Amino acid sequence: MSENLIEVRNLKQYFNAGKSTEVRAIDDISFAIKRGETFGLVGESGCGKSTTGRTMIRLYDATAGQVLYNGVDVHAPKSKKENHALNRKMQMIFQDPYASLNPRMKVLDIIAEGLDIHGLVKGKTERKQRVIDLLETVGLNREHAERYPHEFSGGQRQRIGIARALAVDPEFIIADEPISALDVSIQAQVVNLLKELQEEKGLTYLFIAHDLSMVKYISDRIGVMYFGKLVEMAPADELYRNPMHAYTKSLLSAIPLPDPIYERSRVRHPYNPKDHQYGSDEKVEFREVAPEHFVLCSEKEFAEMQAARV
Amino acid sequence: MRNENEQEKLTPEDFERVTIDAHHSERIEKPSLSFWQDAWLGLRKNKAAIVSMVVLLLVILMALIGPHLNGHAGDTQNLRHANLPPKIPGIEATGFFDGDGKLAGKKVDLYEMKKVDEYYWFGTDGLGRDLFTRLWEGTRVSLFIAFVAAAIDMVIGVAYGGISGYFGGRTDDIMQRIVEILIGIPTLIVVILMIMIMDPGITAIIVAITITGWIGMSRIVRAQTLKYKSQEFVLASRTLGAKDGKIITKHLLPNMLGIIIINTMFTIPNAIFFEAFLSFIGIGLQPPAASLGTLINDGYKVMENQPYVLLFPAIVISVLMIAFNLIGDGLRDALDPKMKD
Ligand SMILES: Nc1ncnc2c1ncn2[C@@H]1O[C@H](COP(=O)(O)OP(=O)(O)O)[C@@H](O)[C@H]1O
Ligand SMILES: [Mg+2]
Repeated sequence: MSENLIEVRNLKQYFNAGKSTEVRAIDDISFAIKRGETFGLVGESGCGKSTTGRTMIRLYDATAGQVLYNGVDVHAPKSKKENHALNRKMQMIFQDPYASLNPRMKVLDIIAEGLDIHGLVKGKTERKQRVIDLLETVGLNREHAERYPHEFSGGQRQRIGIARALAVDPEFIIADEPISALDVSIQAQVVNLLKELQEEKGLTYLFIAHDLSMVKYISDRIGVMYFGKLVEMAPADELYRNPMHAYTKSLLSAIPLPDPIYERSRVRHPYNPKDHQYGSDEKVEFREVAPEHFVLCSEKEFAEMQAARV
Repeated sequence: MRNENEQEKLTPEDFERVTIDAHHSERIEKPSLSFWQDAWLGLRKNKAAIVSMVVLLLVILMALIGPHLNGHAGDTQNLRHANLPPKIPGIEATGFFDGDGKLAGKKVDLYEMKKVDEYYWFGTDGLGRDLFTRLWEGTRVSLFIAFVAAAIDMVIGVAYGGISGYFGGRTDDIMQRIVEILIGIPTLIVVILMIMIMDPGITAIIVAITITGWIGMSRIVRAQTLKYKSQEFVLASRTLGAKDGKIITKHLLPNMLGIIIINTMFTIPNAIFFEAFLSFIGIGLQPPAASLGTLINDGYKVMENQPYVLLFPAIVISVLMIAFNLIGDGLRDALDPKMKD
């Protein structure tokens, strides 16, 4: 078995392809996620992060490129059984805690949905017991099973969403900005829960976020996205210590710290894609500038960055 | 000085950390209410809607049992008993409904004059038919037409709008163009054509009402489907591997049911009104069958001399219209999530 659980190869997702309204939400991105690691995907709103996650989990059909899960192309036609098996292995946690739970269903039925679809439990009592176990796993009570989503706070709802994903025993979870809609005080709770679950169950995460502050804390490696393209990818520490792409530097300069002395001297670096001044004959590619550290750059920039490293 | 005193009184125990049991902090005290229980609580507070429901139930009850209450059949003609004013036992002593009518400008007891011993509670028409019996028979027919038409509108509208919205793409394009063409044709022309082709009667009227009536519902359902199908809870269900049928029945329909019910509640009075309109202009039900529309038409012809012929069906249709609209309003307030906290 390979080290990579998921490989995304030259993935493209164009909405309304060929029409005047064409949107290149993902434009040729490639990355891999190792088994058991957390890959953070950051970028500003609308740069194609959710689309990447949703295409990986087959909510959208890819325009081009491949997503390999354990070496199997997820978008290739498959038998019902194979589809079903894949559905269990990949799960998703959503951004909006208010839209991600059906308001007409009890928490019991929301969490049991996956159990029902995949026939994982026999009988009502086993079903209920499984749901209660899952509720307790995510730090909720057994009484919550009989309640409706509107009775819960944002953080509690997000945990219900996590329990729903866990119900089918997935290996890989795509967390699409799971904490963006939450209070800062609650964000840590959810992130810690995700970390605990990862240790306990050996989960692999794709963790999507729109700023770098929390991602650093949870991710092993980070990919930075800008307008449908990956512009930089490196291990989390390396990315923080040594950001190379101008856009990454700009993102890092935007993180506030609770340190007044630092804050007084913090300078924000706005990013302007025109600053690159790529010539029309220059080939802008994803290149490995340092070991494991990839940057989208031209030949010239590549040479400069390598020179700066030494 | 005070501060020092207080500080001395503090014991080491006062500095122990207070911990909150996580289970306690996650507890919810409020009783758990489903959407429908909550809606019922909301509706119960709406007096107009509750009164309307009671009135509506009474009218429906009368439509069912009314024709059997007084022993007169609705289609028995008795020319000797024609054009009798209302006469109700018990109330006659008060001077109302005592059988007095005007004859050549003078007030006379028509019952005595015609030597009629029976009571006609709401009077009789020009053919001597009992108007009380005919009123409730007519109400029954009108309600039947309205309920059936609303039900058909609902079924077709929900199916059409649901399919169009859910599958989207080309299917949606084609289905929406068809709707636009249908809307372009004036309803009344379609209806008159339909009635000319088919035998006039209940079926023809129901077909006429439903032939374009479902479009409103289909548009609402399509919009709702488009709204809900991209919601994250539907996506979650997809990633779990749910099939289209499950998604529609478990996620989409339960969320749209409120709006479907509200819309149907407003379709019913429209259908009643439309049927009455068709019958009133003479292309609806044909005699001797009665509906509220034909009764009002009959009454309208003799409005000056025998106003009671028009009065009672007019009251019933007004009460029905108001009751359905108030119930619809109440349901909308109770079911529409935007109105809730
Ligand atoms: N279903 C869709 N149809 C058309 N355009 C879409 C669709 N989904 C997303 N987009 C567009 O694709 C781009 C990327 O969106 P998204 O992946 O949601 O961004 P992010 O999650 O990074 O905020 C946006 O410009 C958005 O408008
Ligand atoms: Mg997003």
